Amino acid sequence: MNDLDAEDRLRFEQLVLPHADAAFNLARWLLRKREDAEEVAQEALLRACRFFHGFHGGDARAWLLQIVRNTCYTWLEKNRPMELSVEFDEELHLQPCPTPETIAIAGDDRERLSRALETLPPRFREILVLRELEGCSYKEIAAITSIPIGTVMSSLSRARRQLYSALTNSNHKEAIREV
Amino acid sequence: MRCDFADSLLQGYFDGELSAPSAAEFERHLQHCVHCPVELVDLDLLRERLQLAQLYEAAPASLRKKIRADLGPVEPTTAMPQPLLWHWLAAAAALLLLAIAGWRVSPVLRSDDYQAELAEEIVDAHVRSLQPGPMNGIASNDERVVKGWLDDRATFAIPVRDFANEGFALKGGRLDVIEGRSVAVLVYAGPGHLINVFIWRTREPDTSARTGSRQGFRWVDWRKGRMEFCAVSDADPVELEQLRQLINSSV
Repeated sequence: MNDLDAEDRLRFEQLVLPHADAAFNLARWLLRKREDAEEVAQEALLRACRFFHGFHGGDARAWLLQIVRNTCYTWLEKNRPMELSVEFDEELHLQPCPTPETIAIAGDDRERLSRALETLPPRFREILVLRELEGCSYKEIAAITSIPIGTVMSSLSRARRQLYSALTNSNHKEAIREV
Repeated sequence: MRCDFADSLLQGYFDGELSAPSAAEFERHLQHCVHCPVELVDLDLLRERLQLAQLYEAAPASLRKKIRADLGPVEPTTAMPQPLLWHWLAAAAALLLLAIAGWRVSPVLRSDDYQAELAEEIVDAHVRSLQPGPMNGIASNDERVVKGWLDDRATFAIPVRDFANEGFALKGGRLDVIEGRSVAVLVYAGPGHLINVFIWRTREPDTSARTGSRQGFRWVDWRKGRMEFCAVSDADPVELEQLRQLINSSV
């Protein structure tokens, strides 16, 4: 699969490939599994490559992340349609079964945070990932997710509140477990 | 209890996304509201937790490998490995500039104009770094050679150490200009990633590490002995921290 001429290929490697981490990170948090994220990020990067002719400068990261996001949602619709219809649900939060690894690091804040993040609906999860992990501006988030800037602000507010409540919930549960 | 502003202006204010007039309006509101200041503190605590937890997950090496395989072999072009290295470094410098500018400007009251200007500067620097052209640097794994080169050109003595035995081989040094002043850059090859360490003089007291990420690159910044250090890379945060400790204990 090599539709690009040498010059475009070089531009693609210089402008788009450096954002492979961003692509993977977004896919990982949208799909919640590293293996799926790798598969979908690869597919998205190849799509990006195929349509690179259509990219005329501008923000390469936002352009790529838009493609990653759309590829992720298409994949979710096909493979796990339930997840797209789920609103924030405390039951979902109880769902991850404790593996030896999660038990070993149960006290770890990273684990607690990522579990809490994973309970949020994908639309809120992605907005937090873009803002807090990827450091995107509202304008970039609006471009990537195709929503107006005003909606970015109100979604962030709801997303942060839900994350906060998911965290409090997990603290509460852990306290119970310890008792 | 939350107030009506909580869903709109408060978030924008916290993220430094409000225009100056809107931010001023919100600050007037803050003087009277009992809920918003508390919420701002909560948001700040949450962000700090997220930062400390280092949730960012970089792409596994296998992904890059697969992409390259999918793309097919590169036809020989005029690009040589050495210039590419320096261009990569320049791109990292552009990102560092972004990080530095981010600290300078308090996260509140950042006007849209300023952001646009900053973004433009960064993009320009990035694009410039992709152009072929001479770079001001020395490629060597010999600490004395790199130190000699830097000392001839920088206005202060740069601590240059090779940590090849610890997994971070010195690759070279370089001078860059960031916000109008000269900055020394040391280049290390960590396990699988290049790491740039930017060093400049400061009058500020020592600090512990501050970390962050930008466009898929992570940075860790600290001050020691009247010098400020900032390591930037797409490496694992753990690697960055290892290198930071090595440098810190050698200064």
